Amino acid sequence: MVVKVYGPEYASTKRVILALVELGIDYEVVKVDLFKGEHKTPEFLKLQPFGVVPVVQDGDYTLYESRAIIRYYAEKYKSELLGKTIEERGLVEQWLEIEAHNFQPPVYDLVVQLLFNPKLGIPTNQERVKEDDEKLARVLDVYEERLSQSKYLVGDSFTLADLSHIPFTQFLGGMGKEHLLRDRKHVSAWWDDISTRPSWKKVHELYPAPF
Amino acid sequence: MAAPAPVKVYGPPLSTAVARVLATLLEKNVQFQLLPVNMAKGEHKKPEYLKIQPFGQVPAFEDESINLFESRAISKYVCDKYANQGNKGLFGTNPLEKASIDQWLEAEGQNFNPPSSVLVFQLAFAPRMKIKQDENMIKLNEAKLAKVLDVYERRLGESRYLAGDEFTLADLSHLPNSQYLVNGTNVAELFTSRKNVERWWDEISSRESWKEVVEMQRSPSPRNA
Repeated sequence: MVVKVYGPEYASTKRVILALVELGIDYEVVKVDLFKGEHKTPEFLKLQPFGVVPVVQDGDYTLYESRAIIRYYAEKYKSELLGKTIEERGLVEQWLEIEAHNFQPPVYDLVVQLLFNPKLGIPTNQERVKEDDEKLARVLDVYEERLSQSKYLVGDSFTLADLSHIPFTQFLGGMGKEHLLRDRKHVSAWWDDISTRPSWKKVHELYPAPF
Repeated sequence: MAAPAPVKVYGPPLSTAVARVLATLLEKNVQFQLLPVNMAKGEHKKPEYLKIQPFGQVPAFEDESINLFESRAISKYVCDKYANQGNKGLFGTNPLEKASIDQWLEAEGQNFNPPSSVLVFQLAFAPRMKIKQDENMIKLNEAKLAKVLDVYERRLGESRYLAGDEFTLADLSHLPNSQYLVNGTNVAELFTSRKNVERWWDEISSRESWKEVVEMQRSPSPRNA
C-alpha cells in the first residue's frame, strides 16, 4: 500500500518524503499549493484540521505533524534511526525537540522573510532578519560544540535527529546564509555529510527547490 | 533515611516546561529531587548551568544513566524508562496509539504552545516582572489561540481526550500553559466558552498529579517528591 503524502514538495513535507525514501517506503505526493490556499479548503481541513502541511494517509490511517509521521515510520521500519537504547532514544528525542523549538523557528522566519514574502509582494522585515540571524548563530554555536564531540547529533550514527534538519537547512544557501554553516568547522562537516546521503540527493533531484 | 532519588530535575516549578516534566514524573510515580535554578539572578545563563543545558533554558534532567533536556523529550524518556509503573498508558500501549499521542504532542508544540506561551508571558509574567505589556502581541496571539481552540473544540467533541478516550502525555503537555491562562487572566474565557474544551480542562486539571504540581508552584521553596 502506497503512503499518500499531502503537501507542497518543500519544507516540512520534504522532511516526510526524505524519511520515507530513507526507509524505502513507497509513497505518492498529492500536491497542495499553499500559494493558492489549497491548505485551507474544507476538504483539506478534514484531513488536517489546523490547515497546515503535511498530512499522510496510509490506508485508513491519517497522521499529521511531520515529526510525528517520521517517528512513526522509523519506529516501524528502522528503529535504530531513533537510537539503539532507551537512553539513545532520549537523546534523539532531545535533539528533535531542539530542532523544532530552537533551530527551525529562526530558519523558518528567514524563509518567510526572504523567500516567501517577496513572492507574495510583502516587503522583507530587515529587523526580523537581523534577529533571526543572531538567534540562529547562537543556536549553531551550541551545535558546533556538540558536533565537536560526536560525528552526528547523537553519537556516531545518523539518526532522525540529523534527518529532521535537512530540508530547512537546505534553504540557507538560497538565502545567502550558508556562511552560518561554513563558519563553523564541525557544523560544516556535518552538513556536508548529511546532505550528501543518497536519500537526500534523490529527494532533491525529484523535487528541486522551488525558490 | 532513604537515599536521595537518582532522578534530578533542575529549574523552578513556576516554569511551564519544568511543570510539564514534574507532571509526567508524578503520573509515573517516579521519585525525584527538584533542584532550584534562580532565573531572576541569571543562574540559567551561567557557565555551570550551561554545562547541563547549553541553550540556557529550563528544565534540565538527570538520572543514573543520562543527562537530558527539552521537556517533551524528557517526558517521553520517563514514559519509556519507567514503562511498568504509574500510569502505564501515558504514552500509549501500541504503535498506532503512540503515533496519535505524538501527533497531538506535536500539535501542542507547534500550534498551541506558540500563542499560549506569548500570552502566559504577557499576562502572567510581565506584570510580575514589571515589564510593560504589548497590547498588539496580546491581541494577535489571542486570535491565534482562539483558532487553535476551535480545532480542539471539534476534536474533543469526538473523543474524551485529545488522542482518544484515555488521558495521555498529549493532554498533559497542555496543562502548564493552560493553568496560567485559565486562572487569573482575562483569556480564561477562550477555554470556558468552548463546551468541550472546558470539560476537558476540568478533567485534566483535577488529576492528582497536576494538583500536586500546582502546590509545588505555590510553595516558596523546592521540595523532594
